[in-house]
Amino acid sequence: MRSSMFAAGFCAVATMAAADTPVLTVLTYDSFVSEWGPGPAVEKAFEADCACDLRFTTAGDGAALLARVQLEGAGSDTDVVLGLDTNLTAAAAATGLFAPHGMTGANTLPVPFADPLFLPFDWGWFAFVYDRTRLATPPASFEALAASDLTIIIQDPRSSTPGLGLLMWVEAAYGARAPEIWAALADNIVTVTPGWSEAYGLFLDGEADMVLSYTTSPAYHLIAEGDDTKAAAPFAEGHYLQVEVAGKLAATDQPALADRFLAFIGTDAFQSLIPTTNWMYPAVTPAAGLPGGFDTLIIPATSLLLSADDAAKLRPGALDAWRAALAR
Amino acid sequence: MARRAGAVSWPGVAVAAALCLLTLGTLGAVLARAEGASLTPADGSAVRFTVLQAAVSALLSVGFAVPVARALARRRFAGRGLLIALMGAPFLLPVIVAVLGLLAVFGRQGVLNGAVQALGLPAVSVYGFHGVVLAHVFFNLPLAVRMILSGWQEIPAERFRLAAALGLGPGAVLRHLEWPMLRAVLPGALVAVFLICLTSFAVALTLGGGPRATTVELAIYQALRFEFDLGKAALLAALQFALCAGTVLAAGWLVLPGAFGGGMDRPVQRWDTDGPLARLMDAGVIAAAAVFLLVPPGMVVARGLPGLSDLPAGLWAAAVRSVLVALVATALCLVAALALGVAIVRGRWSRTLEAAGMLPLAASSLVLGTGLFLILHPVIAPYRLALPVTALVNAALALPFALRLLLPALRGIEAAHGRLADALGLTGLARLRWLVVPRLRPVLGFAAGVVAALSMGDLGVIALFADQGAATLPLLVQRLMGAYRMEAAAAAALVLVGLSFGLFWLLDQGGRRAAS
Amino acid sequence: MLRLEGVELRQGTFCLTADWALSPGDRAAVIGPSGSGKSTLLMGIAGFLMPARGRLTWQGQDMAPLPPGDRPVSILFQDHNLFPHLTLAQNLGLGLSPRLRLTPAESARIDAALDRVGLSGLGARKPGALSGGQQSRAALARTLLRARPILLLDEPFSALGPALKSDMLGLVTELSDETGALVVMVTHDPADARRFADRTILVSGGVAAQPVPTETLFRLPPQALRDYLGP
Repeated sequence: MRSSMFAAGFCAVATMAAADTPVLTVLTYDSFVSEWGPGPAVEKAFEADCACDLRFTTAGDGAALLARVQLEGAGSDTDVVLGLDTNLTAAAAATGLFAPHGMTGANTLPVPFADPLFLPFDWGWFAFVYDRTRLATPPASFEALAASDLTIIIQDPRSSTPGLGLLMWVEAAYGARAPEIWAALADNIVTVTPGWSEAYGLFLDGEADMVLSYTTSPAYHLIAEGDDTKAAAPFAEGHYLQVEVAGKLAATDQPALADRFLAFIGTDAFQSLIPTTNWMYPAVTPAAGLPGGFDTLIIPATSLLLSADDAAKLRPGALDAWRAALAR
Repeated sequence: MARRAGAVSWPGVAVAAALCLLTLGTLGAVLARAEGASLTPADGSAVRFTVLQAAVSALLSVGFAVPVARALARRRFAGRGLLIALMGAPFLLPVIVAVLGLLAVFGRQGVLNGAVQALGLPAVSVYGFHGVVLAHVFFNLPLAVRMILSGWQEIPAERFRLAAALGLGPGAVLRHLEWPMLRAVLPGALVAVFLICLTSFAVALTLGGGPRATTVELAIYQALRFEFDLGKAALLAALQFALCAGTVLAAGWLVLPGAFGGGMDRPVQRWDTDGPLARLMDAGVIAAAAVFLLVPPGMVVARGLPGLSDLPAGLWAAAVRSVLVALVATALCLVAALALGVAIVRGRWSRTLEAAGMLPLAASSLVLGTGLFLILHPVIAPYRLALPVTALVNAALALPFALRLLLPALRGIEAAHGRLADALGLTGLARLRWLVVPRLRPVLGFAAGVVAALSMGDLGVIALFADQGAATLPLLVQRLMGAYRMEAAAAAALVLVGLSFGLFWLLDQGGRRAAS
Repeated sequence: MLRLEGVELRQGTFCLTADWALSPGDRAAVIGPSGSGKSTLLMGIAGFLMPARGRLTWQGQDMAPLPPGDRPVSILFQDHNLFPHLTLAQNLGLGLSPRLRLTPAESARIDAALDRVGLSGLGARKPGALSGGQQSRAALARTLLRARPILLLDEPFSALGPALKSDMLGLVTELSDETGALVVMVTHDPADARRFADRTILVSGGVAAQPVPTETLFRLPPQALRDYLGP
């Protein structure tokens, strides 16, 4: 209801607010601000005591965010960008548009993570998700998957962050053998979709046995739908991490508010919203712990994460190998 | 020729200039921000794939359309008009929704594979080159059928009567009456479908099955999204313009016949088609086309029904926004198409103006959106203009279709009544008000319906401009899918389809009623 | 005076020349084989076709800069003389104001014109609800309202039966007597020419000949007219 009221009077409200209170503009991806995402609750909690107007502007996903920041350039109205991931941060840093966040708070990521420009707000392990009623024994590694005749749907690394994550996963796990793994996987891949939602939708429609998603995906079905048939397959190579981060733009006209928002990200008020709205792990586990249902999820023994610089350096070659393997 | 040359029609020229600015100007804006550009071998193969799939899609769409149009042209049966109207549905279906409908039929768990596996045959996969072509034929067969059917119905009934009086059989009728018509109509239909497939994006994205199936528009998307290579995106967009222009030049000129004008529900009395075999064949062809074109939309309805009881809260606000955008886009588009059409039919520079009217067909909507963003951003926060810009871009992208619908009717009006209007000094707005608009009403209504439906379903540039408050219905469908809510997404898609067709029906009927 | 000075009208490879004059009040028939260019001549005078050479003047003024609607001309075509989607009153109104913004006085004039051609009370009808003869009368009524000094008739009555056509010619004669208009009428029927026109222009072989008194022409027909009339 709130969002439709917002929509109805949106122009008037925006103008009035601009006159009375400072506005903090946060650029984030689409699903963050949807009425089922963390956005509405985050906005309410932050506005409760900031004496400001928090407004979200959106772009499709993490990759679109970076493109948008670059399009807007130094003349941007954006103060904070929320939703880049570590495969994009090197490129984001290279734009020179971001300023150090200066936060020192700890996080509870499974690997050590610190970046002067970017502050993690949530994270997840990439994993292949399957339906237990249709697949009794899932493959336990990329090689087992490639050797099987199971079908999978993946995302295009040239247009989606999970797709790029998978590229880096294979790269981190196999290094020089990555092209060989891709060649072996080629006949398992039903199709390559532009983004996560198309792939996941096709999987739910039964178009493939497994889909590239997150180890937390089954939690959605369990908690929101009471459906325990979905599970993530643990891979022996370890699972690649997606760490989603926020950063402050150097050209912000609200530096104090932006800092306040970045600090807010690390609080329980923000972090406790993440598990059941963004369906990811919070960057700082809330004092109350994770919601019930998350305890049923697989916990990979090994977490893989390339440094931002390595990810940026490896990307062109990995992309060529991927394209070559799948174009055959 | 000493025929009195028409005056320059400035409103039409202004529309053409605006279209140039919107398509080529935005390309220039992107280019201006680019830092060098180069293409890779992968881009070369994207061009090859694009041209190949567009060519095959065009050949198949038009090839299948000929027997369907022929059967529809010579048969009368109860519900014929309704069937023809319904068979236009895929062309108006939002692409993301239609792809889901196609998968419900041709996918791994689809109706087709259910039947195939029941027969003990191996499952067929819809992903890959053939999947892209299948989807393109699905979208464009209705357009091709309409174009060819109108060609058939423009053969005067008197000629068929004459042929019957001379005792000509089906073969002779084909040679002397139908083949000359087909030779005039088919090139236009081929070029139209080819151009539409040339700029295809979402279909190849989902059904292509991987990097083999990269179209130029998809390469532009990747250049913009991941590589942030504005130069490459602009270069590819220019290449796309060149491909379209080359096609049009190679085809002689874009002489598209009056696509889906009025009078479609009027079967021509025929005397050469009464054999039982011919009847059976026609019935089979019509049935096959109806199944192919109607089952996937039917599946969209079936999938959406379960979620209708629990629609997401923001749905109606998004629906209102979509309808408003569609109505504004329709008004803009029709005013522009009318101004341009009148200028083309009556004024000078008509070929140049007609080419300008076709520009949006060749434009990359991604580059168009990005260019607009670059132009607007320094002046005003783009989210403030999300809905107006979406309406404007939807209007521009639908304009070639509206123009193609209006032109034949405008030419007909000029041919029948132009001299009288000239003799009475009926010019400018008075001519529009007292002659053109009243005579054009049924076509205007139909064109308005098509534009509104296209605008409802098109994501266009909204994704680049929207903020949390301004979601339209297609964007909402995507957001629902992005939040695991597939059932709600299917229901929202059904609402989207319902509203699209509702708008189409209202506007089409409104035009017809006002005309009578 | 309607003067055609060395006028040359071209349509593709076809060429028609004319060099003569007619006076206000004249009633001239244009006669000749089909395809000889009778309609071309009228299109030239009405302004739908610009002369490749020569000058067309009315009362000494060159008509070249005037578009069809601004010429001192009313024209009736073979068909499509009324807009089918407008009422008779609206169709007639267009003769007074292209924007159809009519004053009460003008509406009264429309009613009077309808009365004059025998269509009293039919102003609210659309042309489709009228007979062919009534449609012709309505079109004539509009020329009354336009009150242009030249009336061009491009066989507008050819689809009517003999009695109706004769009625219409009688009406045109009456009206032109009242208004003093110059009437130029294309016909393929010599009887029409003899009954209606004091002068006749023979069009053949790419030439629209000097208007001559109709009786003279038919008494001593030139070869081209004999060929046309047949044995």
